[in-house]
Amino acid sequence: MTASTRAETPPRRGPGRRLSTFLSARPRLRLALLLAGPAAWLVVAYLGSLAVLFASAFWQVDALTTEVVHTFTLQNFKDILSTDVYRTITLRTVAMAAAVTVTDAVIAFPIAFYMAKVASARTRRLLVVAILMPLWASYLVKVYAWRIILSEEGILNWALEPFGLKGPGLGAGNVAPWLVFSYIWLPYMILPVYAGLERIPDSLMEASSDLGAKSLRTFRQVVLPIAFPAIVAGSIFTFSLTLGDYIIPLQVSSKQFIGNVVYDNVGVANNLPFAAAYATVPVLIMVVYLAVARKLGAFDSL
Amino acid sequence: MSKKRWFGLALYLVIALVAATSCGGDDNGASGTTTSAEKNMPTSVGAGEGRVDLIAWAGYVEDGSNYPEYDWVTPFEKQTGCKVNFKQANSSDEMVTLMRTGNYDGVSASGDASLRLVAGGDVAPVNVDLVPNYKDIYPALKDQPYNTVDGVHYGIPHGRGANLLMWRTDVVKPNPTSWGVVYDTSTPYKGKITDYGRPIYIADAAVYLKATQPDLKIDDPYELDDDQFNAAVDLLKKQRPQLGEYWTDAAKQITAFTNKDQVLGTTWQYQVNTLQASKPPVPVKAILPKEGSTGWSDTWMISSSAKHPNCMYKWMNSITSPKSQALVAEYFGEAPANPKACSLTTVKTHCEIFHANDEAYFDKVYEWQTPVKDCGDDRGDSCKDYSEWSRAWTEIVG
Repeated sequence: MTASTRAETPPRRGPGRRLSTFLSARPRLRLALLLAGPAAWLVVAYLGSLAVLFASAFWQVDALTTEVVHTFTLQNFKDILSTDVYRTITLRTVAMAAAVTVTDAVIAFPIAFYMAKVASARTRRLLVVAILMPLWASYLVKVYAWRIILSEEGILNWALEPFGLKGPGLGAGNVAPWLVFSYIWLPYMILPVYAGLERIPDSLMEASSDLGAKSLRTFRQVVLPIAFPAIVAGSIFTFSLTLGDYIIPLQVSSKQFIGNVVYDNVGVANNLPFAAAYATVPVLIMVVYLAVARKLGAFDSL
Repeated sequence: MSKKRWFGLALYLVIALVAATSCGGDDNGASGTTTSAEKNMPTSVGAGEGRVDLIAWAGYVEDGSNYPEYDWVTPFEKQTGCKVNFKQANSSDEMVTLMRTGNYDGVSASGDASLRLVAGGDVAPVNVDLVPNYKDIYPALKDQPYNTVDGVHYGIPHGRGANLLMWRTDVVKPNPTSWGVVYDTSTPYKGKITDYGRPIYIADAAVYLKATQPDLKIDDPYELDDDQFNAAVDLLKKQRPQLGEYWTDAAKQITAFTNKDQVLGTTWQYQVNTLQASKPPVPVKAILPKEGSTGWSDTWMISSSAKHPNCMYKWMNSITSPKSQALVAEYFGEAPANPKACSLTTVKTHCEIFHANDEAYFDKVYEWQTPVKDCGDDRGDSCKDYSEWSRAWTEIVG
């Protein structure tokens, strides 16, 4: 700033330049500094919160004051394993996640195939936009829209009435959440499958038909095996998102899913330790699921 | 190869964590440290701090944005300079959780939340001498177990009312007179019956059993021993297949009754008023069934970590003033705590309709309380506490 400080530092060797000289000779340090931020984020925010989750699963809550008591106990896990209702809820959630995943895969595959292999470049672009568009709208708005569609005096019952049919209605059944889950997560299945199909060279299909295979056989023996890892990759999203969601069941069903039990224990019963213990269930399910997905090569196609 | 494995592993972890956090919800971190409730009570109310943060039931803090004629917040803000920030809570459990954050100055707690808040040290004793309107309040609402502990006042009574049985008159015929209609296993309204979706609803089943099964000897529906509790839970489990949705917030029930997704079930007077006042009006009726019902008696409590205690004291006085009481009692549909409100209501008979001073009526209304182990009589510590109610509720919903 003043004349004396300027005189102390030679003009061409500012601190920035000295630092870059220092770093250019040390590539490992450079890499470490570059990765420090993201790695700290991963370790502190992601792994850290998971560690806190696991730790608090072993605490308990005082019955009257509902304050957390920080003493080690396995009671939460005993309750989860010994109470029928938690087993039922876990099975129901997994069955729902599987049903939604299969539904989305069946719907997504033809769309993705058309986009990747049949449509012109222009149509393809339009379709990509059409699929991404619902993701711009708020998730809550879409769920509430479904509430209105499915309600007793809603458009679904109105449309089915002339045929003497009735929609699933809100409340009792599993059909309403299955419909809404399948709708909401569909783009997450279409996009990876589309990306996977696009990578299959057209020449493979031509070769298959040159060798005399009919289209069904080409599909079964050429397209499907190559696209399968992409479907598994998409299923990771549909499966894990269904496993953790509590808003859709809360809005269109009166059945409880894993997410609802966790939510009720956090927000209603204020029993964080039990919520933490039950939240480890979907984590374990996902670890197994991802291990299987890895075996099937899903990560190579992401 | 090793790079790929690293990438795969990292991806694996991230996805597992996304799955974990997406259902973990946003918790508020560790629960606050328990501060002793024996804080010195204030001896005077100073100048306002400029704002007050409140947690309350829907319809308790109205600033005219819903209906211009129902506004008791704006006059309060003008008079005291305390800007009101209002957070609506839909259940007592939610109120307790929100108060635990320490971010709010006060709450309109029902009897099933107030004791938990006192025991947890979340609310501070109130110097009732600093609330001039307190002296006018009905004696029946003062010194009650849900607002006074060991002779120490923990709040100012707000008002009370009963949980009612509501039905759509164009669907449900004939008009019901008993809660039996919601427990009928061969009901024609299957899938359209609703319960309040919180554990405290077990008490509603207990009220019905008290009237219909005298051998269970149920006296207080919040003090249930093993046999009584199991009978109530069984009744609700048998009712479960006939139920449609549970309702957990007033707005959801209002749309559900409007669209006929629900046609019969428990409600608050607030929803009845809103449905009947909507355009076009929804044909609903509500009664206190012959067995009696559960109900609520609410208390304004001040947080032990209130950042704006002076404004909170001013609010507690303002909300119990005759004018505010008349407005809130008519808007929400409840009996006011301050008898002077009765001459200010637009419907002159409001206080008679809501039995404000009718203790015989409120003898049939079992106001929400926190279930605790201690039965309060010679049965000793054999009653089910709230954590067991919560657990049983999860099993009922299934």
